[in-house]
Amino acid sequence: MTSINAKKAGSQSALSMKKKFRVAEFLIEQFIRFTAFISLAVILLIFIFVFRETLPIFTSASRPASAAAQTEVQETYGEEPTAVPASAAVTSVDASEGDASVRNLAGGQWQPVSSTPKFGLIPLVIGSIKVTLVAILIGGPIAIFAALFTSAFAPRWAKETMKPIIEILAGIPSVVIGFFALIVLASFFQNVFGFTYRLNGFVGGVALALAVMPIIYTITDDALSRVPKALTEASLALGASRWETALYVVLPAATPGVFAAILLGIGRAFGETMIVLMATGNAAMVSAGLFEPVRTMTATIGAEMAEVVFGDTHYNVLFLIGSILFLFAFSLNVVAELFVRKRLMKRFEGM
Amino acid sequence: MTLKRKLLGSTVTGLTALAALLIMLIVVVIIGDIVIGGWHTLSWKFLTEAPSEGMTGGGIFPAIIGTFLLVMIMSIVGVPVGTITAIYLSEYANARSALARSIRFAVNTLSGVPAIVFGLFGLGFFVQFIGGGIDKLGAGTELRWGQPNILWASLTMALLTLPVVIVSVEEAIKAVPRELREASLALGATKWETIWKIVLPNSMTGILTGGILAVSRGAGEVAPILFTGAAYFLPHLPSSLSDQFMELGYHVYIMSTQSPDVEATLGIQYATTLVLLVLTFTLNFSAIFLRYKIRKRAFQ
Repeated sequence: MTSINAKKAGSQSALSMKKKFRVAEFLIEQFIRFTAFISLAVILLIFIFVFRETLPIFTSASRPASAAAQTEVQETYGEEPTAVPASAAVTSVDASEGDASVRNLAGGQWQPVSSTPKFGLIPLVIGSIKVTLVAILIGGPIAIFAALFTSAFAPRWAKETMKPIIEILAGIPSVVIGFFALIVLASFFQNVFGFTYRLNGFVGGVALALAVMPIIYTITDDALSRVPKALTEASLALGASRWETALYVVLPAATPGVFAAILLGIGRAFGETMIVLMATGNAAMVSAGLFEPVRTMTATIGAEMAEVVFGDTHYNVLFLIGSILFLFAFSLNVVAELFVRKRLMKRFEGM
Repeated sequence: MTLKRKLLGSTVTGLTALAALLIMLIVVVIIGDIVIGGWHTLSWKFLTEAPSEGMTGGGIFPAIIGTFLLVMIMSIVGVPVGTITAIYLSEYANARSALARSIRFAVNTLSGVPAIVFGLFGLGFFVQFIGGGIDKLGAGTELRWGQPNILWASLTMALLTLPVVIVSVEEAIKAVPRELREASLALGATKWETIWKIVLPNSMTGILTGGILAVSRGAGEVAPILFTGAAYFLPHLPSSLSDQFMELGYHVYIMSTQSPDVEATLGIQYATTLVLLVLTFTLNFSAIFLRYKIRKRAFQ
């Protein structure tokens, strides 16, 4: 009886205390929730503000006026007065068609600061893809092999010295890698292979591989070490050697993780700016050649945004490139999140 | 059969060992090259003097100060926001709730967005929208906030480094033993009191690690500040938040690509790179050390 009373009294006093604190608690919780919401808001804001600046390209209503204004400005700079009316007429016809700018974007030439600016994105997209491919094809296998070595073959001491050293590579800023590629790597490759152009897509790709390797290595190593010990032991007990176990049991079991590692590596390579800006030569051309200068999407933004007139078509197109990069990164993350992570989970939970 | 198997085995092992050795070799070559290339130019004078003779002489003092200011302002904004987000995710949010999941997704996405896109965002949002808005409100005709400056660059960098802080603080908060929280709650402390007096003090190292890692990342990234505030050369140090600034990474980029005589300033470029490298490595190593301490405690 007394204990119940005591309990009642206790709970009453607790209630009154609770009431006193509740307002503060509630406010603090709301504040924390609001602050946590910032990350989400930033993603939305990036989406809104990067896309907003691309809108003028697609709204055909405002297009003719701005196009006409632009040609007028260019007339004053024109060297040949006779050519001016013709080009002005052509532009106004194009503008009235409405989709002219969109067709221009699909073109094969990137000449944003000529008398008739051409905003063909094809060479830039090809440049980005080329450099990313080189980076992944070189960096991917090396990083995955290295991860296989440190997680399956290396003795403990080797593993413990190698891992931190490889992680150092991840800590080197990309400007430093770009600088190294520009000064050392480019000359080295030119001496060895006799390239016509010192800075080219291949040098840029190799430099990017340096930035991509630590990412692929770390995630692959993580995935390999998460493969249940039971699998390894079963394989060894059946008489398979260590390398057979690593290659035929552990690596296949970790495939989704390795896949995620490569996806994130592609994302990093595709979105990297400073390395490609410094080491690829930055010439926008459509070609399949690896050893020619290339200009990537990121490098184009980095090199041209500082010199562009705000609100100009060129400015809008640079934001369009940024939107494409954002969408690409976003969808890569969605794929990595929904597909890879879930499959990885399922795989190991099913055991 | 067995010979073939053995041969194949040693080939596989050898190849993987080669790959691991190759990466280590690359690390050694990069660092070695920059240390050797920059060592001769590096001096006390180089660190404490402004560039002179049209950037071909003098030191990098303004760039060091600019980098320092950048990461300071960035941390003042980014570390609290990141810490509070981590507190929400680990202490308040129901892990399965839609809000918590979308915040987590946003943090993951944020860490994958290319740095240059953050730069575009900084230009479109901070410089043009917010800065331009302030200028309009102030009714002043002159451009003050609506142009690239150190504040907008720092804020852009704070957003870029936010995921780094969140991940690191969350790890530290998770390492605080459950028993400590329960003891505190059992003694009658409220949830916030428990977080403020028990959880946060115990995850201080994690917050510090997150801050250091963010600073290291922020000091090394150049793409976001290309057009949100970094300047090629300034005659004086930034004195207000609306000033532009010089920065180490940007200095390396500009000197090695845009300078009229790249060969003549090679020593300066190497030495600047070396300073940047030493800075980021010092930060990274202290972060690794702190993290090691946290993990050790978590396993006890």
